[in-house]
Amino acid sequence: MNQADRLRRLNSAVMTTLTAVCTFVAVGILAVILGYIAWRGIGAVNLRFLIESPQPVGEGGGIGNAILGTLILLLLSSAIGLPLGIATGVYLSEFGTGRFGSAVRFVADTMTGTPSIVVGVFAYAVVVLPLKHFSALAGGIALAIIMIPIVSRTTEEMIRLVPQSLREGALALGAPQWRVTLGIVIPAASSGIVTGAMLAIARVSGETAPLLFTAFGSRFFSYYLDQPIASLTVQIYNYAISPYDEWHAQAWAATLVLMSIILTINIGVRILTRKRF
Amino acid sequence: MSTPVVSLRPNTRASGGRQDNKSAAEGNPSKVTVSGLNFYYGRAQALYDISLKVPERIVMAFIGPSGCGKSTFLRTLNRMNDVIPGTRIEGEILIDGQNVYSPGTDVVELRRRVGMVFQKSNPFPKSIFDNVAYGLRINRLTSGRTELEERVEEALRDAALWEEVKDRLKQSAFSLSGGQQQRLCIARALAIRPSIVLMDEPASALDPLATSKIEELIVDLKQHYTIVIVTHNMQQAARVSDTTAFFLLGKLIEVNSTEKMFTAPNEKVTEDYITGRFG
Repeated sequence: MNQADRLRRLNSAVMTTLTAVCTFVAVGILAVILGYIAWRGIGAVNLRFLIESPQPVGEGGGIGNAILGTLILLLLSSAIGLPLGIATGVYLSEFGTGRFGSAVRFVADTMTGTPSIVVGVFAYAVVVLPLKHFSALAGGIALAIIMIPIVSRTTEEMIRLVPQSLREGALALGAPQWRVTLGIVIPAASSGIVTGAMLAIARVSGETAPLLFTAFGSRFFSYYLDQPIASLTVQIYNYAISPYDEWHAQAWAATLVLMSIILTINIGVRILTRKRF
Repeated sequence: MSTPVVSLRPNTRASGGRQDNKSAAEGNPSKVTVSGLNFYYGRAQALYDISLKVPERIVMAFIGPSGCGKSTFLRTLNRMNDVIPGTRIEGEILIDGQNVYSPGTDVVELRRRVGMVFQKSNPFPKSIFDNVAYGLRINRLTSGRTELEERVEEALRDAALWEEVKDRLKQSAFSLSGGQQQRLCIARALAIRPSIVLMDEPASALDPLATSKIEELIVDLKQHYTIVIVTHNMQQAARVSDTTAFFLLGKLIEVNSTEKMFTAPNEKVTEDYITGRFG
């Protein structure tokens, strides 16, 4: 083995080690965060905590209303944001080649970078003020506005990855354009589109700022869309800034619950939409 | 083992069959008539004043070096170039007497009559059955499940694939080998019973055994279909086709019976190309 060979092997070993260490650090930080939350939170989690509504300090109480509220808000924002976002993405990739397409793309990119509190203020102005009170609907709309650009951009990217030959194959069989898009292109990109949707759901389920003056929060169970509604993030925020140790413990526990919900939704959707072909 | 059977197949049979068919084909009426065709990608002209007749129920091969326009020309016949932005066409293409590029032409209906098989097999991410059934379903060509199943089986038999896949029709099309995938794409094109089948280098990505299967298939299909095949492989053109057209730099240099083309072509450049002096 000559000098150059030895140098090359040394170089390779150093680089491999370096990338391994970086990966370990990145994953390690995540593991520490998750572990710390689980350790701090697990003590206060029990069945009553999960199903009861909040009580005054010293009387226990739970976050059942906030869990319900978060699920309703996620459902509402997904119902508004996912169809709009996916449709926009399909338009951009399949038809949006001209100047209008570039404009839409630019707006979507700008919206992705918009601070979420700005979206909250916007929803406050256009939904809360005209209706004259805070509502779950306003919160859902605020979250949907955050979802749309994320979903549309990932959908567009994923649909662009579908090979042109697949489209031509379907067109050559006498399929009209809309059937090619609906029946061949979207199914072929479905797992990528689902990933984008999951990213968006995970992102908004952690949002607090846009909910503070839209959904507002509530200490009671509510499923009315025109009334204020509780959410885990706002509840965590209120408990975390309170001076009581008991509420601090509940905030940790609520954080653990929120993480578990996101994880469960993620795994559930993956199983439901896993690739059959 | 079926391998030796295929490779040791006597040559006489194949060539004898071809000659019989050719003599029968000469009197066939014209299926496709192209006159004065110019084609442009943006400002770049890709085809120059092409005029050509394809008789019914023969195999016509297009040969020529890469970039000579033979694939472009093939794709004008079922208007597949429409999907490429900025393309423009002049001249006339008649298929069964109907002008393909007249404003009244229903492109969807045209592509139903003029099927296409691509260079790279492109099965849909669906099951084997659903791949073949796709064209039947979108065009509503069958009524009821039984008829659909019959047509799928028929198409798979025509593409010589039925025996290999009949027990796993519900499996993904991607579970098939490369050669099987290409025959699946042929079955998919045949299922809607086109009258013309365009093949754009259908065997260029396949091994010799799969290639010979596809070639046998092409010769068989000639009984019912008019076939136009683009190929880089001159032996392949000689084996499967009745008529050969030679393209060079966007121009149609020569059309001749395959036998004449490969023994005594009319043009000097054709001979140079076929004998490997360039290209």
